[in-house]
Amino acid sequence: MTVLHSAPRWSSNEGVKDALAASLGAMLVKADEEHGEILLTVARDSVADALRLLRDEHEYQQLMDIAGVDYPSRAERFDVCYCLLSVTRNHRVIVKVSTDEATPVPTVTTLWPNAGWYEREVYDMFGVLFAGNSDLRRILTDYGFQGHPFRKDFPLTGYVELRYSEEDKRVVYEPVQLAQDLRQFDFMSPWEGADYVLPGDEKAATPPPAPAPVATKPDTKGDAKADVPKTTDSKADTGAGEKANAEAAKPVSDSTATGGTVAGQGQGEPVPVKTDADAPDAPEPTEARPAKKPRAKKTADTDGATEPADKPKRTRAKKTDGEGA
Amino acid sequence: MSLSLEQSPTTGDEVITNYTINFGPQHPAAHGVLRMVMELDGEIIERIDPHVGLLHRGTEKLIEHKTYLQALPYFDRLDYCSPLGMEHSYVLAVEKLLNIEVPLRAQYLRVLFAELTRICNHMLNLGSHVMDVGAMTPNLWLFEIREDCLNFFERASGARMHSAWFRPGGVHQDVPLKLLTDIADWIDERLFPLFEDAMSLVVDNRIFKQRNVDIAIVSKEDALRWGFSGPMIRGSGIPWDLRKSQPYDVYDRMDFAVPVGTNGDCYDRFMVRVEEVRQSARIMKQCIAQMPEGPIASTDRKVVPPKRAEMKQSMEALIHHFKLYTEGFHVPAGEVYVATESPKGEFGVYLISDGSNKPYRCKIRPTAFSHLQAMDFMSVGHMLPDVTAIIGAIDVVFGECDR
Repeated sequence: MTVLHSAPRWSSNEGVKDALAASLGAMLVKADEEHGEILLTVARDSVADALRLLRDEHEYQQLMDIAGVDYPSRAERFDVCYCLLSVTRNHRVIVKVSTDEATPVPTVTTLWPNAGWYEREVYDMFGVLFAGNSDLRRILTDYGFQGHPFRKDFPLTGYVELRYSEEDKRVVYEPVQLAQDLRQFDFMSPWEGADYVLPGDEKAATPPPAPAPVATKPDTKGDAKADVPKTTDSKADTGAGEKANAEAAKPVSDSTATGGTVAGQGQGEPVPVKTDADAPDAPEPTEARPAKKPRAKKTADTDGATEPADKPKRTRAKKTDGEGA
Repeated sequence: MSLSLEQSPTTGDEVITNYTINFGPQHPAAHGVLRMVMELDGEIIERIDPHVGLLHRGTEKLIEHKTYLQALPYFDRLDYCSPLGMEHSYVLAVEKLLNIEVPLRAQYLRVLFAELTRICNHMLNLGSHVMDVGAMTPNLWLFEIREDCLNFFERASGARMHSAWFRPGGVHQDVPLKLLTDIADWIDERLFPLFEDAMSLVVDNRIFKQRNVDIAIVSKEDALRWGFSGPMIRGSGIPWDLRKSQPYDVYDRMDFAVPVGTNGDCYDRFMVRVEEVRQSARIMKQCIAQMPEGPIASTDRKVVPPKRAEMKQSMEALIHHFKLYTEGFHVPAGEVYVATESPKGEFGVYLISDGSNKPYRCKIRPTAFSHLQAMDFMSVGHMLPDVTAIIGAIDVVFGECDR
């Protein structure tokens, strides 16, 4: 493929993939070259050895990044990608390993000291464990955060929202409440790949009704059916057909099943496939602290700004003397 | 800052206590929301544990839910001091997956404005670094230059800071000729006098040198091990500049020098940035001199929307416009890691596409993540006031570090 783009051009990839593949030997699972990138997939247990080999014998001195990727449909759902740079050979490679929620990946903090934070980030965002990393704390999320937000089954909105509570005089966490559904559009053409039912689709699915018998009884007096007014009491009465009925019987906005779409408006997100592991648990909202003494003095009445309108007003007695005077 | 006492082993009869102090997250020298838990022995730093993530906004997750074009403005908001440098990596990553040709004028415009961004960024960093170690005046003068840069961004894109001007396939709009001539005049008449004036107050200043020379020396080996890039690795004496070694757009046509430090301390990093400003001005002049006429974005109508005027006449242009601004373009499946020389160092975008109109995953490689991580190893043994000089020389911006 001729290179038309003007993205950074490093030294030639020619022969590099084969040389590295030969050098890695049994540690290598797969070697790819696409879009001008060399991707080496290595066995999980030997990732530290493979990277040491690349660093010491192939002059990839710098670890530029470690990226986590989540593919929920795979058995080993996570990829951990190490982006290496050689400043002497002026070349880059990407090394990948796959893992799941429970199996740790060997740490590379022994090879590069800056791997520590990168591994902490992958742990924080995806929940991938790194064996041998002695400081696997969360790094980017809040203190006390629960769940791993960059997993594909973690909702974009998260589970909790925070606000400053005038009552408690501190920031409290509450379950997230959306004023309107999160809107996702897929823009897929109904002629190309959309699999939802459009009005009229059912005609193609159900065979055409048998032709009415010709001139059986032109006189339909006394036919009970003719007197019954046409109603649509149940979904089956709509005449939309079986496929549409089945579609209509589905729950309207089951966010876990349809990726947060409104029924009938398409299924933009890839439906997350349930794996055996537990979904990330929604954390409990912060409890009130009844033991905490109320603040002695108040500088200003800021209730209106921080308390939701539908909440009952505080019961604490207010000084009303002097007002309106 | 809050103080707390911590009991530590005793020597003889005297009880030696280490202070653990909390630096930030609201501290003028923290350059944003950096919190550092420091263990001090008197005024000597024993250990630093930087806590980042206070500005984490989940940019990468948001990008997964946006089309490729909608994801672009998020990059302005990463390193808000050098927005176009961030966009540059992203548009190049998308173009690499699409394998799309960018017209020459667009490449020149991108390089021109990327270098203007570099000057803009360095003005802020040099100024605040100087101010962190005690000088006031140069910062005010450098902000004059920064203000001019922002005005140029406004004239090109309509926005002073969050330009969203680089687009996959080129740039959004062409610039008027007057803007180019104004930039050329500005370099000679305003940038150099102001900048050299300000620097003449600083670079040989005794106090400034006392605060920076021999502070946080990083050897070449350490710079490589800790994943340094940009002025940090060049300050340590490694002539590594992605614009030279892995040229993108028209950097291979530019004639410029890569400054390196000799000592690897904060002063060297400062001086590398000072020289980079002069080299950036050189690149900008060459860009303006060589820039050809022609289209400013690819003519591939499956990626770049047509001009507005064309839309009024042509049905096909109207359809393309509608499709590109609702559905967006589809990017072939695959993955690329594209890194450019942003003003702060190597800013990388690891983009994974599944063939749809939205990125499957967009990992952003911030420059500050590696540098800030080395804070502990650079600061140990130095005095508490040196921390501000070290942070200043790292050039950290938390929009980018925390994403």
